[in-house]
Amino acid sequence: MRKSSLSRYVVLIPSSVMIGVFFAIPFALILLVSVSSPADDADFRLGFDLQHFERFATWFYIERALFSAGLCALIAAISMAIAFPFTYVLTTFKRRAQDLWLIYILAQLSLSEVLIAFSWQILLSRTSGIGNIMAMLGMVERSFAMTPSAGAVIAALVYLTVPFSVLLLFPALSRMDRSLLEAARTLGASPVRTFFTVVIPVTRPAIISGAVTVFVLTLGAIIVPQVLGRPQHWTLSVLITDQAIFNFNMPFASALAVVLLALSASVIALVSWLGRRAEA
Amino acid sequence: MMTTLRRIYMALFALYLIGPIIVITAVSFNAQKFLAFPPRGFSLRWYAAIFVENDWFAALVNSLTIAAASALLSTAIALPVAYAAWRYGLRYARALFALGIAPFILPPVIMALAFLLFFSSVGINGLMANVIIAHAIFLLALPLVTISLGLESIDKALIEAAQTMGASSWTVFRTVIAPIAAPFALAGFAFCFVLSLNEYIIALMTVGFTVETLPVKIFNALRYGYTPVIASIAVLFLLVNITVFSLIARFSNLARILGAMD
Amino acid sequence: MSGLIIDGITKKFGTVTAVEDVSLTFTEGEMICFLGPSGCGKTTLLRMIAGLEEPTTGSIAMNGRDLTQVPVHQRDIGMVFQSFALFPHLTVGENITYSMRIRGHSRSEREDRATELLDMMHLPGMADRRISQLSGGQRQRVAIARALALNPQIFLLDEPMSALDANLREAMQIELRKLQQELGITTVVVTHDQTEAMTMADTIVVMGKANVLQSGTPMQIYKSPVNRFVADFIGTSNLLPARMTGADTAQVGDAALHVGTNAQGFTTGDEVVLMTRPEAVFVRPASESAPQNAIKGRVTFVRDIGATIEILVDCDGHEVISVLTPKDWPDVRIGQDVHVEMPKDACSVLAP
Repeated sequence: MRKSSLSRYVVLIPSSVMIGVFFAIPFALILLVSVSSPADDADFRLGFDLQHFERFATWFYIERALFSAGLCALIAAISMAIAFPFTYVLTTFKRRAQDLWLIYILAQLSLSEVLIAFSWQILLSRTSGIGNIMAMLGMVERSFAMTPSAGAVIAALVYLTVPFSVLLLFPALSRMDRSLLEAARTLGASPVRTFFTVVIPVTRPAIISGAVTVFVLTLGAIIVPQVLGRPQHWTLSVLITDQAIFNFNMPFASALAVVLLALSASVIALVSWLGRRAEA
Repeated sequence: MMTTLRRIYMALFALYLIGPIIVITAVSFNAQKFLAFPPRGFSLRWYAAIFVENDWFAALVNSLTIAAASALLSTAIALPVAYAAWRYGLRYARALFALGIAPFILPPVIMALAFLLFFSSVGINGLMANVIIAHAIFLLALPLVTISLGLESIDKALIEAAQTMGASSWTVFRTVIAPIAAPFALAGFAFCFVLSLNEYIIALMTVGFTVETLPVKIFNALRYGYTPVIASIAVLFLLVNITVFSLIARFSNLARILGAMD
Repeated sequence: MSGLIIDGITKKFGTVTAVEDVSLTFTEGEMICFLGPSGCGKTTLLRMIAGLEEPTTGSIAMNGRDLTQVPVHQRDIGMVFQSFALFPHLTVGENITYSMRIRGHSRSEREDRATELLDMMHLPGMADRRISQLSGGQRQRVAIARALALNPQIFLLDEPMSALDANLREAMQIELRKLQQELGITTVVVTHDQTEAMTMADTIVVMGKANVLQSGTPMQIYKSPVNRFVADFIGTSNLLPARMTGADTAQVGDAALHVGTNAQGFTTGDEVVLMTRPEAVFVRPASESAPQNAIKGRVTFVRDIGATIEILVDCDGHEVISVLTPKDWPDVRIGQDVHVEMPKDACSVLAP
């Protein structure tokens, strides 16, 4: 008995080493570097220096952080709102039709953000996009480009996150007891009332946790704001990339990453706290 | 009335999802060198270009190599963790499991920066192995979750039944647990493969200047203007994604993996 | 010594005692039913015989070999699980011959044995079916065939009928009993269904909270249960509070009754429960002269279900049921005053 329980731990050694060395250490490094000092002969010098956080604490960067949070909240709300009815109908489909849709949704979800940004760039361009089609149909006099604009960023970010929203809602909706709906109908509720008074309340935990996930996911978007937006539409993720790759300012990039981490973590914590309080 | 509304909604939603893909597909068959929709003429030259033009083809090979290797590595790291957490309920394994999920939940740019700092600190720069390891760790959540779903689908009575018929621990693993969990492990591998293939920021920050993957190359190309090759790659990638997920749906239980009851 | 010997077995899960100091001896080839409500420890006891749980103290031996320290896969047992636990990734034939495959029996040997067992279980030609294609009853047959493939020393079944339809159950109980007698294999069945236990068992072991209350043949237990719990659990019984007025007499309300069985030796003044079985109780109209050994009551319900008639009588606040065949039917109606006759031999007294 004793011998075999030791071997249970032995088989975990390689995985522990991989996760420890390549996740825990790099992750700790970000925290360390975010409070390091800049150096002339190296990327950074370890120490305890809050100057990068002081630099963040200027209106320009705070405004960027607030903009990022606001944009992500907006995207999460739109994405969940349009995905919910679709997923609800999807779960009523036959298994085979469901599988086909799920395959497509997964395929789109996995599609590189680079390719999605490119597709929307084409779709909103003057020569080969919606503007062109509208001009051909005679709806507008001449075609026009719809990028860069805030609308383009929002449309593409929602497009990027909608497959996630569908998949995050899918478990709760497909496990929902359908007799609840029939019960509501026999008690005199119309389909619309049933939807709002039964379906949404019953799946509320999934809606909330799904919205948080989409929020955090959108925080990670990098290409879409750059390709489809103007600099005022750039999010924290874009700024981090910019600092790390083009300005080689690792300490400041790390400090921004810590802010991004804190933002994600606090939203997750806040919402799970709200969820627990609602349950109690 | 309701059904009409519902149909209109579903049609609009489907159009939103598929519309951009249709435009991209049309553009990819364009005969001209510039992008145009509706397309002028029909040609497969932009598909041929992926395989004929050396720099595109090299990026494709890089991407495929990295995706296959990181998916394999990720699945190999996940297997013992998911197994020990399920079979023995080890607290240590469950902690490792939670730690393995974390990278996927964080915004990818954070992990990208973490890997960049790590590899430059230890002085190993620009190797393909770097991005393979980085992707394996970043995507570890996928095989962890699919494998534990597979393991949890095994009724513990099946294991006891095998034991009463004379199976030792190893025989139980070989004849009962492994065959049932294998399709789920394969699904984890496939998820990992597809997401690695499409991943941009980590590939850029770990090895962006030495090993160009397709998404990195596309983004670099975007700065210098558009080429229909990008459209054809988008279509190709979508087809690869669809094929992989269809295989998962065929040989594993897609609805179950995605969280529905069977 | 041959047979199954359970000696002083106790099993604790943390602070909860699931089985407490159980000792039982069974002869080889016997069919034993562990009977009791859920949570009485009967399944835990079965799992300890199988080796799926380790006893906290005590020992288990089979045919002279101490099994207590033997791991489950070396015990030579066949077990049918409540959920049947058929392997979903294997066919019917592969399931049945799993134990042979892992011991390296040849393919042809396995195929022959699978055919033989499927014929025995009335499932000819099903070897290549998938488990998901089988009905509940077919699954049970496959589970039984699989457990018996290597002629184990002992055959264990955990609530084997609970996943079946009610009408299938009775047929399977009889079939399982016949199969067991044919093979002469020592068999332990866990059940909470007293009819099932009565139908199949040579020996019934009635369990209540973690220990054995009574063990004996079905008839012994039915006719003279040791206490109120066993009486209630095995069949229907009429239970009336009484006080002993002698070694074989008791006072029930204002009636003095003779008692046939006083197994626990109650003496004058003891508070007891007087038990009768419904089919041994007769009802007579109050207008007739009072029979021997009777109490008074009023009819509250008459339930005529063809083969039998049940008469429910209220006797000073206690319900007494009489089950009669139509030829014995007294002409009584709801609300009528009656004598309830409880012949001496039908009366036994139990601890309250």
